[in-house]
Amino acid sequence: MRTLVKPRPLFIGLSALCLLAIWLSLALGPVSLPLFDTLRAALRLVGVPIHGEGLEQAELILGQIRLPRTLLGLAVGGVLALSGVAMQGLFRNPLADPGLVGVSSGASLGAAIAIVGGSAIGGLPEAFGPYLLSLCAFLGGLGVTALVYRLGRRNGQTSVAVMLLAGIALTALAGSTVGLFTYLADDATLRTLTFWNLGSLNGASYARLWPLLFVTVGVALWLPRRASALNALLLGESEANHLGINVEGLKRELVFCTALGVGAAVAAAGMIGFVGLVVPHLVRLLAGPDHRVLLPASILAGATLLLFADLIARLALAPAEMPIGIVTAFLGAPFFLYLLLRGRH
Amino acid sequence: MLRTENLQIRRGQKRVLTNVTLDVRPGEVLGVLGPNGAGKSTLLAALCGELAATEGQVLLDQQPLNQWKGVERARRLAILPQTSTLDFAFRVEEVVGMGRLPHQTGTVRDAEIICAALDAADVGHLAGRSYLALSGGERQRVHLARVLAQLWPGQNGQTLLLDEPTSMLDPLHQHTTLKAIRTFADRGAAVLIILHDLNLAARYCDRLLLLEEGHPRALGSPHEVLQPVPLKAVFGLDVLVQAHPELGHPVIIAR
Repeated sequence: MRTLVKPRPLFIGLSALCLLAIWLSLALGPVSLPLFDTLRAALRLVGVPIHGEGLEQAELILGQIRLPRTLLGLAVGGVLALSGVAMQGLFRNPLADPGLVGVSSGASLGAAIAIVGGSAIGGLPEAFGPYLLSLCAFLGGLGVTALVYRLGRRNGQTSVAVMLLAGIALTALAGSTVGLFTYLADDATLRTLTFWNLGSLNGASYARLWPLLFVTVGVALWLPRRASALNALLLGESEANHLGINVEGLKRELVFCTALGVGAAVAAAGMIGFVGLVVPHLVRLLAGPDHRVLLPASILAGATLLLFADLIARLALAPAEMPIGIVTAFLGAPFFLYLLLRGRH
Repeated sequence: MLRTENLQIRRGQKRVLTNVTLDVRPGEVLGVLGPNGAGKSTLLAALCGELAATEGQVLLDQQPLNQWKGVERARRLAILPQTSTLDFAFRVEEVVGMGRLPHQTGTVRDAEIICAALDAADVGHLAGRSYLALSGGERQRVHLARVLAQLWPGQNGQTLLLDEPTSMLDPLHQHTTLKAIRTFADRGAAVLIILHDLNLAARYCDRLLLLEEGHPRALGSPHEVLQPVPLKAVFGLDVLVQAHPELGHPVIIAR
């Protein structure tokens, strides 16, 4: 049998990769900073008194543009990967995606309402337009997921199979509603809508970052406490129940964490696909399915992967910038196909 | 101790189980026999709390089953279902280790128990392998090791419910597995086991319950229950019953 990577070297390797990604993400962009200067400017930023030529400008770029963007990438990648683990555990299927419970399509619907509706009433006010968009996306994701969960419940039990099908139906419904808004939108609104649906870390600001960071840290602290319960859940719901796990409570927590995490990520950065699907899978290939390792390792791997994808997004067509959702789909879709075909024999 | 009095289960209008009065006694292996659809698995589901009783109730240590806290119940009662679905590449000892979830005995003690349970189910040699790479029979034994680990070492006050644990096993492992279960019961645990093989039941069980369309047809020692008349009535099968030449337990031969 293929040998798995032990947890300690796995975490050391992932941390090193993550640090490298952070460093590159801070240094590279339209104005590339020398790698060493990036470090010195970063030290200045945290208050170490270093002086040198051009360091003030570097510090400004770092503090105002690169750092919020990097933090946004880390949080989005981490929380999407975590939600992927939660959904694959809930559906007991390694090919499940956080979008299955309707959170992505709900957020997309919320955003479409905000963008097209805002344009219809003559444009949202400059000051809080972006926040309103994020809020609508977040509430849309939470609302549709709550509905999916509610539809899956009968006699105090939640049927995962019904949830899956309800998720498909509501995703289609939300999708067609977004389509309707797209049809009604004028050209400028259409562009905003399209780009939002492709996802981007562009224009990251601290104001948009804090709510997501808060949610990400919360979910990242909460879910690993359920690692053993998630392992047991993979045996089956009744088996987990016979092992003393409160299965109904666990399912509720998983759905809630996913709705919160993906909702906040989509609200902050738009739709970014495949991270939640591919990252847990990749980590499982490396280190096995034990959630005690899988959950924390997926946070690291997801954050790292998203930063690298963002680097490609901003460097591939420089000075123009690609939406990151295109990059993750280009990387993720072939990988997904590889997983499907690999499972055949 | 697990006991139930006048247990009745309905599915819709149909009574799938009626009038079952049963106690699973410490140290005994109680076999449940009956043709397909006789209500054996329904009985098991009711005894582990998965199906709510329409009448009567299931008591674990004099307390209704649904009043137990999950973890406390899991330390006293373990269930091996007929089949398990696990689609993730856990290593064999990780699967067995899940049986230790209700306990806080520490990793060192857990590792010892996992090792002992693996050996008891004769899957010690599979340690380190991926669960997905195992054959059906090997998987079945790994899950047996898991529920043994959940109650290990097995003592008075603990109950193990098994639904056809030998259905996918080769003849040798049918016997080694039932011997392991027998040993487990000898340490004080109560075991209820659904079996299809009458001769295995005759050899390894202390008492047998014969179910016929949801009714208990006979409950008693293998000598009392395994008689040509009830077997003909329940299974529709003409049999000869003889004594095992060396061990003396009944041997059932189809005519």
